[in-house]
Amino acid sequence: MGLAALPIVNDPGLDIPIQELTPERIAEVFNRVVDQETAARFKVYLNTCVHCGLCSDACHWFLSNDRDPRFSPVGKVKQTLWELIKKRGRVQPAFIKECSRIAHTECNVCRRCSMYCPFGIDIAYLLLTVRRICSELGVVPQFLQDTVNSHAVTLNQMWVKQDEWIDTLQWQEEDARAEVKTGRIPLDKEGADVFYSVIAPEPKILAQLIGNIAQIMAVAKVDWTMPSFDGWDNSNMAMYSGDFEIMGRVERAHHDAALRLKSRRIVMGECGHAFRGAVYDGPKWLGWREPPIPLIHAVEFYHELIFSGRLKISHKFETPVTVQEPCNIIRGRGLGPKLREIIQATCADFREPEPAFEHNYCCGAGGGTINCGPPWKTSRVKGNSVKAEQLAATGAHVIITPCHNCHSGIEDIVGAYKLGMHVKFFSEILMEVMEIPEELKA
Amino acid sequence: MYNFVSGPLVWIAFIIFFAGMIYQFLRMLKSAQKDKVIYPYMSLKYSLRSLFHWIIPFASKNMRARYEVTIVTFIFHLSLILLPIFLAAHVVMFTFSWGPTWSVVSESTATFLTVLVILACLFFLIRRLMLPEIRFVTEPSDYLLLLIAAAPFLSGFIANRQWFDYETVLIIHMISGAIMLMAIPFTRLSHMLFFPFTRAYMGSEFGAVRRAKDW
Amino acid sequence: MTEILKNLSNSWDWETPTKNITDINQWISRFLEVQELVASPDGERIAAIVQDDDESFTVCENGETWSSTFEKAWSLRFGPDGKLYVLGMNDDEWSVNEEDKPWDESFEYVWNLGFSSNGNAAGVNVRNSEGYAVSLNGSTWDEKFFQIRSLQISNDGQHSAGNIQTEPLSEGDIFTFKKGLWSLAVDGRPWEQRFLNVWGCSFSDDGSRVAAEVRLKTGRQTIAVDGVRWDQEFKAVWQPIFIPGTHEVIAPGLTTSGWKLHVNGTPLWNRSFNQVWRQKFAPDGKRLAAVVSPEFGRWTIAVDGNQWKTTFSDVVLDPIFSEDSKHVCAAVKDKSSWTIAVDGAPWNQAFDMVWDPVFSPDGVSVMATAAMGINHFLALDGKIVLGPFEAMWEPIFNENGDKVLIKCVENGQFLRRVVPVKDLSRK
Repeated sequence: MGLAALPIVNDPGLDIPIQELTPERIAEVFNRVVDQETAARFKVYLNTCVHCGLCSDACHWFLSNDRDPRFSPVGKVKQTLWELIKKRGRVQPAFIKECSRIAHTECNVCRRCSMYCPFGIDIAYLLLTVRRICSELGVVPQFLQDTVNSHAVTLNQMWVKQDEWIDTLQWQEEDARAEVKTGRIPLDKEGADVFYSVIAPEPKILAQLIGNIAQIMAVAKVDWTMPSFDGWDNSNMAMYSGDFEIMGRVERAHHDAALRLKSRRIVMGECGHAFRGAVYDGPKWLGWREPPIPLIHAVEFYHELIFSGRLKISHKFETPVTVQEPCNIIRGRGLGPKLREIIQATCADFREPEPAFEHNYCCGAGGGTINCGPPWKTSRVKGNSVKAEQLAATGAHVIITPCHNCHSGIEDIVGAYKLGMHVKFFSEILMEVMEIPEELKA
Repeated sequence: MYNFVSGPLVWIAFIIFFAGMIYQFLRMLKSAQKDKVIYPYMSLKYSLRSLFHWIIPFASKNMRARYEVTIVTFIFHLSLILLPIFLAAHVVMFTFSWGPTWSVVSESTATFLTVLVILACLFFLIRRLMLPEIRFVTEPSDYLLLLIAAAPFLSGFIANRQWFDYETVLIIHMISGAIMLMAIPFTRLSHMLFFPFTRAYMGSEFGAVRRAKDW
Repeated sequence: MTEILKNLSNSWDWETPTKNITDINQWISRFLEVQELVASPDGERIAAIVQDDDESFTVCENGETWSSTFEKAWSLRFGPDGKLYVLGMNDDEWSVNEEDKPWDESFEYVWNLGFSSNGNAAGVNVRNSEGYAVSLNGSTWDEKFFQIRSLQISNDGQHSAGNIQTEPLSEGDIFTFKKGLWSLAVDGRPWEQRFLNVWGCSFSDDGSRVAAEVRLKTGRQTIAVDGVRWDQEFKAVWQPIFIPGTHEVIAPGLTTSGWKLHVNGTPLWNRSFNQVWRQKFAPDGKRLAAVVSPEFGRWTIAVDGNQWKTTFSDVVLDPIFSEDSKHVCAAVKDKSSWTIAVDGAPWNQAFDMVWDPVFSPDGVSVMATAAMGINHFLALDGKIVLGPFEAMWEPIFNENGDKVLIKCVENGQFLRRVVPVKDLSRK
């Protein structure tokens, strides 16, 4: 076929475990997963795909890699599942490394392709099944596996110890009170309207975001709480590595924490994959059709606060802005219109990206891909040049990213393609334009 | 030979086609139970919403982006299904055996549509050969399936033109038609059966569960 | 009702119909800040962390402030025995404060304040310069660990346990992690066995044994009792409990045919579910109830393997047995509304929130705190019988079951009310 070899990436999480694999062991796990864990969708999808290639144009990896067919959605299925099925799982261990590279690091399971497939085949689901097989074989990129280990131990993503968590909240509460007199982070308050959950990078490296929300909640006079105990982290990388048992445990802890505190609803910070895990994949594995307590994303929450008048906007953010629409809340929740409404309510100059709404390109970091760590950063950034072009074309100076993975992924792209743009969470914009009533000012 | 292919073989082909379709349909229903989210997620409203956007030409974004594929695909599928049903020669044979009859398309229309189908197959073949992303995922069976779909039309066209030995071509035509019918339930041509269901499920998951559009 | 609450409640005042304990509005005008209110089980005391003019924090109890002040304070709670605790910090040292007196030892950090069910012990997870441990009634485990993430105290208050990290681990080191670094420490002594993970644990009634969820490798979990794992492995497990008065252990485990309850590793009920958790024994120690999902998206309670006919769409919380072990009730949520279901029959009245229901001593009536909007009510046998209140705490029946103790805030006043049940039913 004459395709140039892809650069070899060394990843101990893949290279070492495959040394212990045999074709027999791989076949056993492959057949177990396919027989016991998949059913109609898996079979019908594979039997229905007519190899038409129409999904290709959906994929930012394909478009960014000069239309290299190895990066098209169906091309990824061919290089993994078709081969596994043909050989009934009896493949060489090195093949499993390839499977993990393709499924874990070169697919963001963003589901854009299922909007381009005429049959609506959920190709991301097929690649998640490949991830499941790799995870069951113990072959997962090192950094991603480490995150899953953290989830398993701490039920949070970044090895945050229990005392560190509470200490951070108390410290952020102090910071918030330095700005807003009534700023508080009520711990373990029963019966609050809002149970606010975050992802672990917030307490670990972006603690000011928690201080910010304490100020926002105080100004909007929201009755809210955060738990001092495990279940505060709504993120879930086990969902993406393929370790569904740990995924289930993490999601149960999150929902149980809100149930224990008798909260009316869960509001989660600006994160997309966490929304997917907490609203779809987690509940589904545990047996809930919907989350037991309504769960809304920060975008929806800010929309409510701004449009109900509980938060007043003192002035608009003047710098031209555009938006990175997180797949998991746009394609995953249809929040595109609300996202625009809150941006337009707070920003004077909004530049619409193209493509937009459900058709927006993934940031390239989602789906656990950025969590595969530095070894895979080069290919990840290369695999999203279309995103750089899309952002540059808006002429905006600030990119609003209401998702942590998007935030980090877009920062990488801005850096690598020298776009000279800044990346902000929506809450950071809100902090600049929100009116703090005089009587609340510290 | 002619008697066999125009008699028992037609019977066999139709029986295998219908029985195969029913079998695949039931198997899908059963296996959908094991896939525990399918039935709880399915929604008639959003299934229809999705189907609506994908059976109307250019109603979805990708259909607009790949307009040439859209045009050819729609012409191909419509002709493929309607032509055999409304072809005068087919209706005459049916009426001869069973009695009922229905209106037919004119011979010139039939020829025109046949040519369209053959050209569409040629288009698919060229696309498969020329576009790297399709060539990459092409297996020998993809060519075979294209041949299976094209053969009845190609042979029908030749028979109609009375090129070569008419009876031989006619026999080939009937055999190829039978092969196609029998192949549908057991090959990727089964998308004829599965398309509405995969679309409906994705439409339901996007619409009813995730509150988003899927076109 | 717990044993201690039953014993203590006999000595409470069940005669005075209403006591106006304190004016909360006055607190609000008096302090810079009044945090969440907590009420004592007997309703005679109400307390909150408050911030005084000098910006220090203290505890205000029935309008009187403690002599202790703190730079930071949190986790204000009444123990089952009615003692009031708060975790407070001064000069970067954290202490456990019991009724305005700190424990002797202070720590770098304290959290997970917990109690024994008999009220004899209070404990916390602690961190000091040597590492992580448990402090029970002020006496801290000798051995310290790299991390601790839970606190379990035996019923009699004599023993404490927590899951601990036995060796350091640098971030990203997935290979050391694979060896298994986690164990359970009981009274400061770790199990010899180590696992990938140790999660929730439970003590036997007599406090002599501990069972915990453990993970052996990816997708392989089981239960370990005093460090010895069950022979059977599962894809996943949930928290185990002991059969009352025995050393037999019951836990949910995920098998290829679905979730099942297991006793010492052997399937207990002859059927599997889409989900099983929150299993609870009746006071007689014989009947066993659990929350089950018979099919995707449906939830109910199963008692001894027989599920209620009614199922609910959203969630079912812990099953609660009557004192005679004959009846079971639970808070349930169906189509976005909360209510209480008793022996499978849900109340007609729906709420925005309900708290754990309480059986009357004869098992005939069920009451619960419920909320609609911002208002709280007492609900009895499916009807709203008292309220609205601005706040309300768990209602308690007296020994005969003819009176109910209500602790509530009404018009800014914290009230302790004793209401005859017949007056409630009449309403």
